[in-house]
Amino acid sequence: MQLTGRLTGERGRLKLEAKRIEAPLHDDDILSLKAGDNVLISGVIYTARDAAHKKFIELIDKKAELPLDLKGQIIYYVGPTPARPGQVIGSAGPTTSGRMDAYTPRMLENGMKACIGKGLRSSEVKEALQEHKGIYLAAVGGAGALLSKKIKKCEVVAYPELGPEAVHRLEVEDFPATVINDAYGNDLYAEGAKAYAR
Amino acid sequence: MRDLAASTVTETVAEMCKEANIYLGDDVSGALRRSLEEEESPTGQEVLKQLIANLEIAAEEQIPICQDTGFAVFFVEVGQEVHLTGGGLTEAINAGVKKGYTEGYLRKSIVDDPLYDRKNTGDNTPAVIYTDIVPGDKLKISFAPKGGGSENMSAVKMLKPADGEEGLIDFVVNHVKLAGPNPCPPIVVGVGIGGTFDRVAVLAKKALFRPVGQPHSDIKFADLEKRILKKINDLGVGPQGFGGRIFALAVHIETFPSHIASLAAAVNINCHASRHVERII
Repeated sequence: MQLTGRLTGERGRLKLEAKRIEAPLHDDDILSLKAGDNVLISGVIYTARDAAHKKFIELIDKKAELPLDLKGQIIYYVGPTPARPGQVIGSAGPTTSGRMDAYTPRMLENGMKACIGKGLRSSEVKEALQEHKGIYLAAVGGAGALLSKKIKKCEVVAYPELGPEAVHRLEVEDFPATVINDAYGNDLYAEGAKAYAR
Repeated sequence: MRDLAASTVTETVAEMCKEANIYLGDDVSGALRRSLEEEESPTGQEVLKQLIANLEIAAEEQIPICQDTGFAVFFVEVGQEVHLTGGGLTEAINAGVKKGYTEGYLRKSIVDDPLYDRKNTGDNTPAVIYTDIVPGDKLKISFAPKGGGSENMSAVKMLKPADGEEGLIDFVVNHVKLAGPNPCPPIVVGVGIGGTFDRVAVLAKKALFRPVGQPHSDIKFADLEKRILKKINDLGVGPQGFGGRIFALAVHIETFPSHIASLAAAVNINCHASRHVERII
């Protein structure tokens, strides 16, 4: 596997050799991406964590309308810190994706195309990504201040009572992420460690 | 006896909460910078550069280093000559957490009922507080905001004394391998050895409060820390699990005497944002 991407580290304006993608996504976008690719995402994405996922699946089960159309969407697993006055959003890095494993195949079935988080996914999720042409992306965990600068607009669109776990609509510009699991069954976590193990 | 106002404890704790979540200590940021020189993977180097840039942006723009501003964990050494006035110690610390997390625009991540309602307490209390009574008339407060993602990758194992060093190393390395990219590598690995089931977990947590890279005072355990660190980094997991040399920045061991029948062991993992601050009042 080719690990693409090079950083010329001008602080805060990281130049990444990366593919630019526009959210929401289409199948062509998904099929052009491979595990290990770096991407810069621009457009509209939505946030959801454990509690919001649980509510989404309850609605899907009841065949009720969701607070957003999942078709082509990128869901970002994040619970930001509160914004200071004058800031768009507070610290906003990815949370551990494995907690969403129970819900992700159903989300893909219902139109979601990609999710952004960090950490390992279950075999069920990896199979569902192949079946429904989806990708799993990781943003750098713990880089919440840096990632917050890529978010240009933020509004709560559902479940405000959940606080940091509410569903936010985010407008992002060149939001950096790395493809972990692609639609072809490749897995950067497995390949990357294999390449450097001694 | 020395009188100390509970409100002083509250104010101090509030400042500690704000400081720890925005400014990473020189020990950890230094370790991250040094690790950049050792990292061979280009992707790993990129991750480390992003993490260093993140620290600079956090400090300049007063944005928390990570959105998970943690469970507030305290180790407090209470001098037995200290007489707290105007309130109790636990209340004073919790009031400080509430103030610090609210004023500092930090995330409130604590829910009251862990199993059923899971309703957010709204102010990040209660804190987890360990106290030790020590000689003297000072209060030494150590604070770490502990992230949930890395905390979830923790384990306790009651090894047999016959398992010895090899069993201990296998337990730690295999557990960290299992955690893989989840706890946001490069990680700091806290290891507790000895004591009881409960004590060994606290030892592993306490190990994370030690400045990163400061070895154990006993040469045997300092050597063991080094050897475990090498084995962990040889797994090739690398920064963020993308593959590379630097999976962990440090392994810290804390020990306690053991029952003749036991060899308790615990692993508590911290992410690269290994935040901890200390104040003596």
